[in-house]
Amino acid sequence: MSARPQPLIVGAGPAGIRAAEAFVAAGLRPLVVDEAPACGGQIYRQRLVQDGRSTKDLYGSEAGKAERLHAAFAALDGRVDYWPQALLWNLRDGMADVAVTGTTRRVAYDGLVLATGATDRVLPILGWTLPGVFTLGGSQIALKAQGCAIGSRVVFAGSGPLLYLVAWQYMKAGVEVAAVLDTAPASVKLNLFKALPLDAGIVLRGMRFAAELRLRGVAIRTGIEGLRIEGEGRVSGIAWREGGRKRRLACDGVGYGLALRSETQLADLAGCAFRFNERDRAWLPIRDAAGRASVPGVYLAGDGAGIAGADAAERAGERAALALLEDRGVAFDKERAMALEAELARIGRLRDVLEAAFPFPAHWAAAIDDATTLCRCEEITAGAVREAANRFDIGEINRLKAVSRVGMGRCQGRMCAAASAEVLAAATGKPIDAVGRLRAQAPVKPIPLALQLAADLPEVAE
Amino acid sequence: MSRHLDIDVAIVGGGLVGSSAALALRNMGFSVALLDKGFCGAQASGVNYGGVRRQGRPREQLPLSQRAHAVWPRLKELIGIDGEFLRSGHLKLARSEDDMAVLEAYAAEVADQGLGLELIGHNGLRERFPWIDGSILGASLCAGDGHANPRLVSAGFASAARRAGVHVLENTPVTGIARNGEGFALEAGEGVSLKARIVINSAGAWADRFAADFGEPVPLSRIYPSMIVTEPLPSVMTVNIGMEGGGIYARQVERGNCVVGGERGLPLEDPDFSRPRGEGALAIMNRTAEVFPALRHAQAIRFWSGTEASMPDRNPVIGFSGTTPGLIHAFGFTGAGFQIAPGVGEVLAELARDGRTSTPIEAFSIARFSQPSGPAGQDRISHGSDARSQSEPQSRGAHS
Repeated sequence: MSARPQPLIVGAGPAGIRAAEAFVAAGLRPLVVDEAPACGGQIYRQRLVQDGRSTKDLYGSEAGKAERLHAAFAALDGRVDYWPQALLWNLRDGMADVAVTGTTRRVAYDGLVLATGATDRVLPILGWTLPGVFTLGGSQIALKAQGCAIGSRVVFAGSGPLLYLVAWQYMKAGVEVAAVLDTAPASVKLNLFKALPLDAGIVLRGMRFAAELRLRGVAIRTGIEGLRIEGEGRVSGIAWREGGRKRRLACDGVGYGLALRSETQLADLAGCAFRFNERDRAWLPIRDAAGRASVPGVYLAGDGAGIAGADAAERAGERAALALLEDRGVAFDKERAMALEAELARIGRLRDVLEAAFPFPAHWAAAIDDATTLCRCEEITAGAVREAANRFDIGEINRLKAVSRVGMGRCQGRMCAAASAEVLAAATGKPIDAVGRLRAQAPVKPIPLALQLAADLPEVAE
Repeated sequence: MSRHLDIDVAIVGGGLVGSSAALALRNMGFSVALLDKGFCGAQASGVNYGGVRRQGRPREQLPLSQRAHAVWPRLKELIGIDGEFLRSGHLKLARSEDDMAVLEAYAAEVADQGLGLELIGHNGLRERFPWIDGSILGASLCAGDGHANPRLVSAGFASAARRAGVHVLENTPVTGIARNGEGFALEAGEGVSLKARIVINSAGAWADRFAADFGEPVPLSRIYPSMIVTEPLPSVMTVNIGMEGGGIYARQVERGNCVVGGERGLPLEDPDFSRPRGEGALAIMNRTAEVFPALRHAQAIRFWSGTEASMPDRNPVIGFSGTTPGLIHAFGFTGAGFQIAPGVGEVLAELARDGRTSTPIEAFSIARFSQPSGPAGQDRISHGSDARSQSEPQSRGAHS
């Protein structure tokens, strides 16, 4: 090995694993930093303990992909440095700060692949902070990693492909699913037929989930409005409007989410330029088809750079690694790179259709009740945000943060920035991209004050 | 967008100095435009630590600081919000006998200025502030000082000025100012032109360009203070904390977050912007855990940094231009402008109206930086450059 620092991969999900694999194949030894205790990312997250469930139980139709990815990463053992349960909390100019095993280390890197993934996107509704309400992704993680359900009689509400998948997984796991409440009108589901030629498998699978849910008596409601979660101290029911009629169901758990949002903080700290993406309604780091960011040596892959799903993430991770090899002047498989880009383009077209079938209910932002908590960390309501915007004549998200504290708490806006931007845009009558983008600051997640700088050089993990 | 304004006073820079001057001038009946290249209060005024502190200031600043001291409790009536101003007291800690001696000397030096400083020994400190580590030797308390939320105060003054009828032009950089007959002609933003009798240069870390345009170069440099914020904690820190010799300053806001500073960030490629350094933030965090054992298990949730103007003699520039009639400077607050700014605003309004002010500001004349043409000029320079400024950059007086 030369003295040249290692490439650094952030995230050991589908994108990070495939990137690591491509580096190793080219004779490089990357450092992989991941927050989870085991590889797989969120989608192929591994159970905390062996609890008797098979991978088929855990991942359903995607079990094969999960097994292949886990095995691929295991096969890199000894040829990558892998820091699990490690938080990369700051980076810039070839140096990263990584908190791991109670200390923090400064790590030099040469080439950075950001495969940071995504979290659920949420627009707050009345009652969403009650115990018993989870995001759709959170509901899935509870089932996958911990083998527990979010309630015994559960309603899933919102939008996005995850809505039907998680509901189906809960049903399969033996949990009573009281209803699936889809914010999109039934008519837009016709878009799914346009997706058939792009990926028949994924469309048919989604349709099968819906059909099996119906067969088992799960009510599927579309075009729902005025969603509200009820309860004193915890969830006791969910209410909504449907075709002008008020409806209500008793339940003790709610999974709610409106598709996903990209985790872009590290790309921001790395100095990447951003551009507004209409489809994701989000500011995303600019990248070329290979995954190169605007900053030389920085590569973006997976849902962290734009929502495209796990299959795209695998390909984008590998493609980004090949781009780094090319930029280093290392031999790489050009045909493979082109094939990956073609695949990514196809998945991108599929994504466009899926988004049209699961549209974000942007018009809800204007109707969010003033009493609804918008920022959970700082306990800021939608009304307080509107009042602050009005009092200080503010139409920009960072200014809004300054005067209202929205996005200023433990999550640093990861959970509330998208919704805050929607509320601000609606309150000021501006288009969503005109209110700007919440700038990221280190630390990307909370770190202990007493965190000590490790004296030794980073050890090589086995 | 083409727009023309014919006004009495144009203020360049919508920080706390500019916006408080704008409000004061408007209340005197002047027509005023407040111009900012970005958002009002988004630079030093809005991103500083938030100390409302007289203690530790050079003696020549104290009359102005006392004037500002009277404004802080009146924020609610002035701008409609209290800016989270808390008269908590400001406690300056001494780590060594030498530091304690400096605090004692300062207390003696400013005894006639009405700060009411109280020197506290080791045992007194243990008794009254048990949450401070036992290694701290003693302290000086200024009970009337406190802290406030800079993000609210600066924006609050700007919006109060707007409500009072000031033309607040944000995202409108001033691209040219020229003396024109009896007044000034300004070009700003895209197609904004102004005619004004008086111009106030309160452009903070960008003010030196305007001063130089009028033949008054100043040795202004930039500093990038860096701070960390903890998660909300139960009430621990009952006073605003400073440290003799620098290294740490800390306060706890009402909702429980502790704000701690003491390091410097780094400018980005565009030196108008900066970011905290990882090592610097870690150093502040570790120091916080040492000095305040109760915070040892707390989490840091946010870092921040900002751009501030610094002058070599630790005093700002306030007063009339030496070259250009009708031009008034007010900048260079060297990391200590927050407390004093509302007083500066009043002084600037008086200068614009009367040509003079009741508060002594001679020490802040821009003439102290003009080429020494004789003994008088040299005197001024040596008067301003304080021997204490030889200690580390964030020492005494740094960062308010």
